[in-house]
Amino acid sequence: MATEVLIAAEHLTRFFGHTCAVKGVSFRLAKGEVLGFLGPNGAGKTTTMRMLTGNLAPSAGRISVAGIDLLDSPRQAKARIGYLPEQPPLYRELTVQEYLRYCAHLNRVPGRELGRAVDQAQARCGLTEVRRRLIGNLSKGFQQRVGIAQAILHNPAVVILDEPTVGLDPIQIREIRALIRELGENHGIILSTHILPEVQATCSRVQIMHRGQLVFSATLAELQEQMITQSLILGCQAPPDLHTLEAMPGIERVTPLAAGRFRLAFTGDNPAEALAARAAAEGWRLRELSPEQRSLEQIFVELTTREPDAEAA
Amino acid sequence: MMIFTIAARELRSLFLSPLAWSVLAVVQFILAYLFLAQVDNFMTLQPQLVGLEGAPGVTDLIAAPLLGDAAIVLLLVTPLITMRILSEERRNGTLSLLFSAPVSMTEIVLGKYLGLLGFFFILLAMLVAMPVSLLAGTPLDLGKLTAGVLGLGLLLAAFCAAGLYMSSLTEQPTVAAISTFGLLLLLWIIDWAGKGGDEVSGLLHYLSLLRHYEPLLRGLVHSTDVLYYLLFIIIFLGLSIRRLDADRLSH
Ligand SMILES: Nc1ncnc2c1ncn2[C@@H]1O[C@H](COP(=O)(O)OP(=O)(O)O)[C@@H](O)[C@H]1O
Ligand SMILES: [Mg+2]
Repeated sequence: MATEVLIAAEHLTRFFGHTCAVKGVSFRLAKGEVLGFLGPNGAGKTTTMRMLTGNLAPSAGRISVAGIDLLDSPRQAKARIGYLPEQPPLYRELTVQEYLRYCAHLNRVPGRELGRAVDQAQARCGLTEVRRRLIGNLSKGFQQRVGIAQAILHNPAVVILDEPTVGLDPIQIREIRALIRELGENHGIILSTHILPEVQATCSRVQIMHRGQLVFSATLAELQEQMITQSLILGCQAPPDLHTLEAMPGIERVTPLAAGRFRLAFTGDNPAEALAARAAAEGWRLRELSPEQRSLEQIFVELTTREPDAEAA
Repeated sequence: MMIFTIAARELRSLFLSPLAWSVLAVVQFILAYLFLAQVDNFMTLQPQLVGLEGAPGVTDLIAAPLLGDAAIVLLLVTPLITMRILSEERRNGTLSLLFSAPVSMTEIVLGKYLGLLGFFFILLAMLVAMPVSLLAGTPLDLGKLTAGVLGLGLLLAAFCAAGLYMSSLTEQPTVAAISTFGLLLLLWIIDWAGKGGDEVSGLLHYLSLLRHYEPLLRGLVHSTDVLYYLLFIIIFLGLSIRRLDADRLSH
């Protein structure tokens, strides 16, 4: 399957003075993907996004947007990107419509299409009713939507959203997430967040950043598999001995837990059925047999708390 | 094209704030007062001047002093208008809207600059209307007046370029205003030091904003003076572009 690569970032590195905020980050974004950048504060998400949008020059590395090199031809590349920074870039003294018209001009939307583009962006982001209001008088949620409208106005191939749901109430968050999923159908989207459920709710792929490096990358389907990790908890009233369990097909490792419980790490097919059959046949008096769920949170915490003070010195 | 889009937005935002209006009103009020004072002055002097060979005319006695005074008033006021042009965008994070759009740094700076010029063009037009209104009752030396207005226009354009650069350096509009004012005042009075005829004082004399303005007020258009202002503008605009580029590169 030939998927259109919208963003190809290679070995992106960015220094601020002597500190390295982003270190050799490489990834690709295909059309129709919603890529979530997950990471604790200070991981380098914003810095990466600012490099992707031409707001910050990388210290090293290359970025191409829909095949156009961002550093060589910034104009053509930037025309294909819509960006919502951490702080929405809004002129408070303008009305929503005035502001969006200005953004459309800035992004070189041709005069004929301008009115339609503005109307469409307003409609998509639910701004039609407030289009004559001053941006400064809108609530935070609406301001955020104006920021998103600005990013999708010129129908860019890639939309980059930096923490798009920060500071919103739960209902607004749901609306924005729905909007993002909808946009994801015919754009490529990158969003950053430090909220884990957000990734599961909106993204098709997730990359975890930590200390400026990409430490994990998986599609959500792969993640789902990872989360139902390859281990089972077995609990019996009359437990068999360790060797019996270890000898079973597919079982990698057996860790005895307290009170007749074991953690069975396995490879390949889930041996739950075989275990249950065996338990019934041999009278282990089965009490518990459950797949051990690792949450995204666990993966996240594992990855981001590893070697916590490697760089502290 | 993009330059005009940015300039128009800039001008619009300026006039949406009370600052621009109050600056226009206060400047116009003060200059109108000065203008009327000059007219009054001229009325009392006129009987003595009648019949004098080569006596100064209306243009010399009313228009030139008005333009001269206007330069001082505007030196005080320009920083208030230029201060927020980039610093506020930096503080509010709106600069990234421009940086992410397919627009070059040069277009951003020129657009902003053109917006400022637009404002000061309006101010200048209101100012010039006063001496021109005398045409209803008396002939004016239009050549001299034009030279003076050109001079004030160039001076204002130079003020704006310096203000734009100062605004690109900081996030605080007030800091931008104060440093612009300091810079302009320094360049205004820089030739006060060294009254001797040595090289240093020659250089200071050349650097002075005021020294290049005086001949124009007297109706003398020298290319060196015009060139000085153009150079001044180009240098500060160039520095502003570099400063914005540096935002992307370092820190
Ligand atoms: N303009 C800057 N100057 C110096 N350091 C910066 C700057 N911007 C970001 N950093 C540093 O880079 C690191 C990554 O920051 P950032 O990309 O904002 O993280 P995130 O968005 O993941 O929270 C942080 O340690 C931060 O202090
Ligand atoms: Mg961030």
